[in-house]
Amino acid sequence: MIGEVWMVPALPLLGSVILGIFGGKISARAAAVVGAGSVGVAAVLAVWIAVGWFGAPPVGNAVTVPVWDWMNLPGFSARVGLLVDPVSLVLMLVISVIGFFIHLFSSEYMAGENGYSRYFAYLTLFVASMLLLVLANDLLVMFVGWEGVGVCSYLLVGFWFEEEKNGEAAQKSFIVTRIADIAMLVGILLLAVRFGTLDIGTVLHGAVAAWAPGGFWPAAVAVCLLVGGLGKSAQVPLQTWLPDAMAGPTPVSALIHAATMVTAGVYLVVRLHVLFLLAPGVLQGIGVGAAVTVLVAACAGLVQSDIKRVLAYSTMGQIGYMFLGLGVGAWGAAMFHLASHAIFKALLFLSSGAVSMRLHHEQNIFAMGGLRRKMPVAFAGFLVGAVCLAAVPVVGCGFFSKEYLLGAVWANNKVLWGVGIVGAFLTGVYIFRAVFTVFFGEAVAVSGGYGVRVIVPLAVLGVAALGFGWLQTPGFLGGAKVFSDVLAPVLGGGESVVPWWVAGVGMAAPLAGIALAYALHENGFWRRQGAAAPGVWEKFLQGGMGFDAVYRVLFVKPFLWVVWVLRDDPVDQVFGVLERAAVGLHRRLREEQDGKLRRYAGWMMAGSVATILVVVFS
Amino acid sequence: MSWQGAAGLALVLFCIGLAGLLARRNLVFVLMSVEMMLNAAGLLFIAAGMRWGTADGQIMFVMVLNLAGAELAVGLILLLRMRGRVRTLDGDAAVLLRDAS
Repeated sequence: MIGEVWMVPALPLLGSVILGIFGGKISARAAAVVGAGSVGVAAVLAVWIAVGWFGAPPVGNAVTVPVWDWMNLPGFSARVGLLVDPVSLVLMLVISVIGFFIHLFSSEYMAGENGYSRYFAYLTLFVASMLLLVLANDLLVMFVGWEGVGVCSYLLVGFWFEEEKNGEAAQKSFIVTRIADIAMLVGILLLAVRFGTLDIGTVLHGAVAAWAPGGFWPAAVAVCLLVGGLGKSAQVPLQTWLPDAMAGPTPVSALIHAATMVTAGVYLVVRLHVLFLLAPGVLQGIGVGAAVTVLVAACAGLVQSDIKRVLAYSTMGQIGYMFLGLGVGAWGAAMFHLASHAIFKALLFLSSGAVSMRLHHEQNIFAMGGLRRKMPVAFAGFLVGAVCLAAVPVVGCGFFSKEYLLGAVWANNKVLWGVGIVGAFLTGVYIFRAVFTVFFGEAVAVSGGYGVRVIVPLAVLGVAALGFGWLQTPGFLGGAKVFSDVLAPVLGGGESVVPWWVAGVGMAAPLAGIALAYALHENGFWRRQGAAAPGVWEKFLQGGMGFDAVYRVLFVKPFLWVVWVLRDDPVDQVFGVLERAAVGLHRRLREEQDGKLRRYAGWMMAGSVATILVVVFS
Repeated sequence: MSWQGAAGLALVLFCIGLAGLLARRNLVFVLMSVEMMLNAAGLLFIAAGMRWGTADGQIMFVMVLNLAGAELAVGLILLLRMRGRVRTLDGDAAVLLRDAS
């Protein structure tokens, strides 16, 4: 059964290949069936494998399924294989199941679009790459999946490429993550040179044996890999691409830029946490960077008017929480938040997509209002997602995961915990700002209705968002430890016991945030904010705290200047001189060839005389 | 007659031929000039034979004479062909192969 795990990434890949080759010839209906069907079968297979696994965990709690010997060189070998352990199993389930429901949603959301089959080809290819990324037993294979999801992200962000700004957003997301990936590649190559293999288990054992904690090499490798992860996960200072990536279709944002790809950085650190433990300084840096990200994202989220950008900044902030957990070594808590975030953020994005598909793709929240009666399904989905995102006590999965995570942070670092609480308060404010503005107040006109392919994913994800959290509950709510017990063989256990008031503050902060959002909604502040021209500070926050402007001056402008200098290829000009001299000489000599017999004879004579003179007198 | 006289005559003949070659435009005269230069060379062979007292120079002259006859035949054919094509015997008009620019 475990032996068939290779089919989980292979099926979506097959679907993508079929769609890629025959996409133009088959009907839209067939394209959707192939796309959603291949991912759906993979999801069923993943569930089946997981049921078998949790029914009777194999010895050692990790199974490597060899697939292919990629290369065997003196000093280096790469064997492609799939590593199944609780961590990759959880992510495999999250990706394939959520991926299937997003495919289902897409089949209705994208109906009538040009490039319908192209969309599904990209989306299934993404699922295949993402599954390869999490199942890889070898960093080289993981890197293949890592780049694969990057390419699919690029293709899907720029899906509506007829509009120039979409293409620019796609390029931005691709280039920023590519810059980060170069650092990651350096880290991987350092490991390859040092250990002669990139098999994750071997590398981690070798690293523990060869490197002392706190040394230079583990820190250097960890920093390089971390930069790759930060770029993929849109963390400060490489976060600028994520808000722009919202140019893609909404289900794409749900799958790639909320549920799965952007959490790849978290997965990378969790997978290599043994290595990161050897670099305590880097872990502290992760914590600080994550705290900055949480605050930047929360402040920027407060002033966005595009519903998808609100969600984009919330994604950035929630991944910041995961990194906050990683920074204090709470691997299991970060994974739990990753899984719960994947569910509720996919739900939020799909709900927002469901809202805007009936408003002619309007995304400005101030152009919406009073939709709770007109779109009860989308309202319910968005509300459940918002409740989870804001971590309203006891209701949604976000509460349980954030409580678990912040408890672990409190036990290690009080300052980071404080930042997390402030972030939770602001999260409550900005997401319920969106809820109140979109669904309450004066109603706007809507069109159309929902088919079953929209309602089912929203319902399933909504139920999952409400139920998932009960797998891991704090002591006063039963103290379930299903999730941490599952991951314990890989990540170690450890429940942090926190005083009652810490948990209390963690619960009060989001409620206070929601109360503030409600109060500001009641007195009409949000509407006035939306209607008024943004001030200097608001513009600053709206643009994500000026990172774009700084990067424009520091990197984009100098780069464009270099491009401008190089556009005529100055090095080539040196050789151009030779070429022009040869051409000039040729032109001059060509004029001599005028066909005048007598001139030819004269020159021949002169040449003969000169030759004779040289021969005689030398 | 000394070999120097013969050699001097050859030089004069050659120079006359060369001058004709460079100065005349009519290809018949050009051909005649070439013949003169060729015969000047032949005369130089004879003068050289006189200088060293051998018959080699005269043998060589006979060969040059044969060569000149053959060459003249080819030259005259070319002239006829050219007259048929460009309707003139002006050497300067025969510039059809030159670079167009």
